[in-house]
Amino acid sequence: MDTLTELGPLADPAAVLPPINLSGFEPRQLRGFLEGMLQIRVVEEEIGRLVERSLARAPCHLGIGQEAVAVGVSHSLTAEDRVFGAHRSHSHYLALGGSTYKLLAEVLGKQDGTSRGMGGSMHLYGEEVGFMGSVPLVGATIPLAVGAGLAAKMDGRGAMGVTYFGDGATEEGVFHESMNLAAAMRLPVLFICENNLFSSHLYITQRQPADRIARYGEAHRMTSVTVDGNDVTAVARETAKLVKDIRAGKGPALLEAVTYRHRGHVGPKDDIDVGVQRSIEDLNRWKRRDPIDRFVAAATAAGVFTKADYTAMEARVRETVLADSAKAQAAPYPPVSALLDMVYAEEPR
Amino acid sequence: MTAAKASGYGDAIREGFEYLLGRYPKVFTIGQGLWSPWYVGNSMTDLDKKFGKERVIDTPVSELACTGAAVGASLCGYRPVVIHPRMDFMILAADQIINQAAKWSHMLGRQASPALTVRAIINRGGEQGAQHSQALHSWFAHIPGLRVVMPATPADARDLLISSVLCDDPVMYLDDRWLYERNEVLPPVVERPLAKEGPAVRIKGSDVTLVGASFSAYMCEQAARQLGERGISAEVIDVRVLNPFDATKIIESVAKTRRLCVVDGGWRTAGFAAEVIARVCEEVDGLRSRPVRITLPDAPAPTSKPLEAVYYPTVATVVDSVTRLLARE
Repeated sequence: MDTLTELGPLADPAAVLPPINLSGFEPRQLRGFLEGMLQIRVVEEEIGRLVERSLARAPCHLGIGQEAVAVGVSHSLTAEDRVFGAHRSHSHYLALGGSTYKLLAEVLGKQDGTSRGMGGSMHLYGEEVGFMGSVPLVGATIPLAVGAGLAAKMDGRGAMGVTYFGDGATEEGVFHESMNLAAAMRLPVLFICENNLFSSHLYITQRQPADRIARYGEAHRMTSVTVDGNDVTAVARETAKLVKDIRAGKGPALLEAVTYRHRGHVGPKDDIDVGVQRSIEDLNRWKRRDPIDRFVAAATAAGVFTKADYTAMEARVRETVLADSAKAQAAPYPPVSALLDMVYAEEPR
Repeated sequence: MTAAKASGYGDAIREGFEYLLGRYPKVFTIGQGLWSPWYVGNSMTDLDKKFGKERVIDTPVSELACTGAAVGASLCGYRPVVIHPRMDFMILAADQIINQAAKWSHMLGRQASPALTVRAIINRGGEQGAQHSQALHSWFAHIPGLRVVMPATPADARDLLISSVLCDDPVMYLDDRWLYERNEVLPPVVERPLAKEGPAVRIKGSDVTLVGASFSAYMCEQAARQLGERGISAEVIDVRVLNPFDATKIIESVAKTRRLCVVDGGWRTAGFAAEVIARVCEEVDGLRSRPVRITLPDAPAPTSKPLEAVYYPTVATVVDSVTRLLARE
């Protein structure tokens, strides 16, 4: 692990991070954070099992370990905002209030899925919750969110475009074009980089001269904040500040949330053999920074809920997810006619 | 009563924009050079002054992000026209056109419809060379989910633009600077669904079927008149819509003339002319001669004058080729 990095302790799993600060949130909101993170965790663990059993064959990119980012960000979003994701977007969809059943059905290629079984894990859609789509072409949805920001500005109702992407996407040209365009046109866009320090297999300092992504936002003259992405309240707090300014017409902003995925780039395995700098020791150290465990420790210490409350909540979430999974496994596939019927929105000639 | 005034192809495009921007508040245009005649000729003159720079947006030098922004806005209910004043530069936006706009309907279960129009200008000749001269319609016509439109006449330049922008699917609308001086008295606008538009018979004939799109269709019309003077009756079909490609009229025509000559401003190998010939040969028996295609040679556009002179097919190329075709029989 490189020791000389701009991110310092945030990227160094051996460093000790401060405990999660719960101030400024009501107990109801804090319980909501926990339930949101748990829902994502349990759904993704179930997806991992579906992949292991070969019931889901489409590539599934799990974000286990990164749940705090989407949950913290979504705290400041409204149903009017237009959110775009990428290849690792189960959490982005669910944190907006997306349906676990539709997500599981989509991962299984069933017609009840978010994308009617036409997309699989990598192509999700949920307009009803403001989730406008996710795709695996790296960086591809970043300009889409800029366009959503342009639409929001024209609509004049205070909504904004939101794009989630990883640190790998910041190496694509379109990221820089999009930031420049949004800044030059002063568009309401929130750029969110989930910096999990890895592309598919390379550590960030093997790909970039520095590990801190916020520097790109600064270059484009937008407010840019780096936050502990495994701290849900810190993410929520920093996002709220940025969103307030974006809605006030002050132009785009960048949030960099430093985090780590417990599983490999794709599929349910750890993949500690793939990344040149990803060792079992690092992974285990990062697991001690688990966003759910850290939050539960802080919230139980503060008396927001008891360990028993947490256990009961987890059991409830798990029961729902497993029921949805069983229902999704029994759901029908799209009809063969969908192959040609879905190509155009209007009837082809 | 005075005769109605003829409009040029470039003016007609401008009239299409004026119609759309005036009637549809969700329509906007975005691209490089929209405030400059240097980029878009007379096809957008003063639209920014009439409709505002918020709806006629000139942009940073970022083809990919600007195209993506148009796709994104279209997913949010707008009907953007993203403009690439020279098609070659549009290649930088290929991900948004091919991987995104063309795919979203299908891969998201027909719930998301990128109703944007990508207008690109083919701008050839004048010793501009390999990266300023390409006509890549065949490439894009290969992509399911992307409608590809090439107007040959001023009326089509206006009306197919309107149909493209009002279509719920992503449409690539390609106009050709070599057609900008073509004139026609324009009829009143009638909005027609793009999905109902397709190839049109421009000139009726019985000896041979000439097929082309855009400037090639214009060349076919001129060639047909010259062939008529030689006693050869040529039927001309203007393709207009390359994808989804409905070859019915072409097949019907060749079933009648039993001779086919396809003219295309693209390259020969795996080009649109090959698609036309294949569709015909799959359906029509007993051609009186082998099908002919007149295309660019398989080489990048040259800059040197004598090389450029032989690079582009002309009306004479078409006339000579068809004359030889009939003489051989």
